[in-house]
Formats: sequence, C-alpha cells, structure tokens
Amino acid sequence: MTSAIEVQDLVVERGKRRVLHGLTCMIPRGSVTGLLGPSGSGKTTLMRAVVGVQVVRSGSIMVLGEPAGAAPLRRKVGYLTQAPSVYADLTVRENARYFAALSGYDAATAERAVADVGLADAASQLVATLSGGQRSRASLACAILGEPELLVLDEPTVGQDPVLRDELWKQFHDLAGKGTTILVSSHVMDEAGRCERLLLIREGALIADDTPAAVRESAGTDDLDEAFLRLIRAQEVTA
Amino acid sequence: MSARILGATIVRILRQLLHDRRTVAMLIVVPALLLALLYFMYDDQPMVFDRIALVMLGVFPFVIMFLVTSIAMLRERTSGTLERLLTTPLGKLDLLFGYGIAFGLAAAVQASVAAALAYWLFDLDTAGSTGLVILIAVVNAVLGVALGLFCSAFARTEFQAVQFMPVVAVPQILLCGLFVSRDQMAGWLEAISDVLPLSYAVEALQEVGAHADPTATLWRDLGIVGGCVVVALVLAAATLRRRTA
Repeated sequence: MTSAIEVQDLVVERGKRRVLHGLTCMIPRGSVTGLLGPSGSGKTTLMRAVVGVQVVRSGSIMVLGEPAGAAPLRRKVGYLTQAPSVYADLTVRENARYFAALSGYDAATAERAVADVGLADAASQLVATLSGGQRSRASLACAILGEPELLVLDEPTVGQDPVLRDELWKQFHDLAGKGTTILVSSHVMDEAGRCERLLLIREGALIADDTPAAVRESAGTDDLDEAFLRLIRAQEVTA
Repeated sequence: MSARILGATIVRILRQLLHDRRTVAMLIVVPALLLALLYFMYDDQPMVFDRIALVMLGVFPFVIMFLVTSIAMLRERTSGTLERLLTTPLGKLDLLFGYGIAFGLAAAVQASVAAALAYWLFDLDTAGSTGLVILIAVVNAVLGVALGLFCSAFARTEFQAVQFMPVVAVPQILLCGLFVSRDQMAGWLEAISDVLPLSYAVEALQEVGAHADPTATLWRDLGIVGGCVVVALVLAAATLRRRTA
C-alpha cells in the first residue's frame, strides 16, 4: 500500500511555543486514520501543516506525492476546520454550491454532499439559523463534495447525536472504500476503534502509530482509553 | 485568476448581501436621506448645495464601501472561511476582484438611486452629464473596497476595523478640497492632499460640475484613482498568506 501522507521530522512553532517536536509518520492511501490526543496536543497544527496553511519550522510533508500545500493539491484535498467555516449569511445549499464551483463541480454534486451529511431538509435554511451540530455538518458537506483524494477532518463528529455520528463514520468508510484517504481527528477515545489506523499524539510527539488492535495488544488492555494512558505512562518511565 | 471562480465568488458575495435585507435598505436609503438633509440645510443657497451635494455623491460610496468591505473581509479572516478558501483552487486575485466587482455593482445601484434623487428631486445642477457622476461614484466605491480589503489585514477585531474609518477616510474628506479649496491650503497640507486619492476623485466631480464635456483633467484624475485602486489591491494581495503561523 502506497502512502498518501509522509511526514518527516516535522517541527512547528506557534508564537514562542514549540507545538510539534520532530514528528514523523506515514498515512497509507485509502485508509481511515484517526489522529487522537487530548486538547492542545498538536492535532490541529499537524492537520494545518498537512493541508499547507501552517508555517513550519523544519521537516518535510509530502501529500499525494507533492509537497504539502502545492497548487495541484488544492483540487484533491478536502479540509474541514475545527470551527465550522461556512458563510453564516448564506443557505446550506448556497455554501455547498460555492465551494463546489471553486473546485469545478456542478450544483448536483453540491446537492449530493448536502444530502450525504443529512441536511437535505435544511438545504434552503440560512447557516446562521442552524444548530451547532447542523452547522458543522454544513461545513463537512463543503469538504467532502466531489470525493477528494484526501480528506482532512478536524473533529467532524463533535456535538453530533449518536445516530448521526454513526452515519457519518459509515460514510467516511464508504469514501475510503472508493479510494479516499481520510485523516480524522478526535479527542473522544470511543471513536478510535472505528479507525483502521491510529496516531496517538500528546504534547506534540507521537506516542503510537498502529492499528487499534495492535495498540490494544501492546498496551495489554482492550480499553483504548486505558491503552492510551498506559502508553503515556510507559513513555514517561523510559524518558 | 479563473473566470469561473471569479464569477462564483461575485455571485456568492452578492447573495450574502441580498440575504441581509436591512443592509441593502440602508445602502440605498442612507445616502438619499443625507442628500435630503443637505438640500434643506442649503434651502436658500442652491449654488452651495450644488457644490457640496456633487462632492457627497462621490464621498458616500467611498466611505460606505470602505466600511462594508473591511468588516466583510475581517469576517472571512476570523470565521475561518478565508483559511478554507486558500486551500481550494481559488486565487488571491479571484477573491479580491470578486469583492471589488460585487461591491462595485452594489455601489452602481446605490449611486444611481442617489444621483436620480439629487437631480430630479433636489434640482442638482451640473454642467456635465449624470452618467459621468455615477461613473466617478462607482470608481470611488471600488477605491473604498480596495482600501478596505487592505486595511482589514491590520485589524484583529471589528472594533479595530471600524477605527480605520476615521484614520483612512476622514483625513481624505477633510483635505479633498470640499472645506478649503486645495490651492488655498498651507503648502504642507496641499502636499498631503496631493497624495490622497480622494482629492483626485473630488476634482474629477468638480470638473463634471463646471464643464459640459469631459475634460482632460477629469480623465487624468479618474486614471489616478484607478491606479490607486490597483496599488491598494496589490498591497491587499500581499497581506493574504496561504500559510500562517
């Protein structure tokens, strides 16, 4: 399996603080990879670096065979920011159509993406009038339209009800089945089990990069939350 | 730049504006109300009204579009839509020209309504044509848009963004020749006035007021204002970074 993202010795500083300390990882194509870690661990910074909007201090990031942020990637990479980045004074449909038009997709593609995130009934509603969960799904619709080769999703399931969350995860796997590589962040451990691979990150360093099964095995527990704790403790002992 | 992306961006910005009915109403009604105020203030001095109202037809769109644009662009920056846009195939100039053209169109509607009222209801009298007055008003509006796009880069909050209005617009209004004619100012004030784009826009309007046919000075002034628009847009493009810290 070839890689979709290759990160080599990535160092990022924001302000005077070093956020990522020489991080190295590889994300295979067509997989759903979970980026997990507590709030402030560097998940968003890593994702911003992958989509090429983060100033990096040193290290390299190759995305689909190009340096992160290269112009040809702008058509192939979908990015969902943590705070919903859609226009509050436009309807869901108008938002989706605009982002579709930017990448050269038609109105039907936009309509499909709106339906895929479960907002077909709210399509002609202004985003400002939506609930928080609906608003982040409106933002998600604008990221997944046109089935990009790589989807970078920063906490897409926060605030969604359990049934919808389940549907969204099924969709991520459907997309991955069609060849889309998905990097999805979460700080909720019960979502880790839904990923094919896990990147556990804490204080800007990688603690684990493996399948959920292997993470469970190496930590000697079935509970991923507990496994994460054990891996942190083990690392602190060796450090 | 791409025609498809530019077109989609213009439509998107106009849709946002149209959803905000109150803003649309204010864009159109406020200049008209202010002109009415001027009309009654100078009820018995029609010559003075002609002089001031003509200049105001150019000043209103400049000030209003400057404010509207700096807030709109600040919202793009703070809501995360700008960061998202810059990960798509959209070019910086698509966005900047999108704002310039969309708000320029809005300004054309605004200026037409204001000019129609000024000429028909308030008996504004100019030697030159109404069409030229509207053209100058629209160029002024686009100047406001371009400066607003640039200034929004230096504001982190809406509070800061509105403070740029007195910084950028008021000195230009004071020194444009409306209150004191420019050749009667102290030398250093005239020198400052010489480098402010609104001075040329106002001079162009005064040319329309005084001459039946467009003069060379008018075209030169319009050219200068147009040049300032291009410079402000290039500076604004330089403030848009795909990568941020």
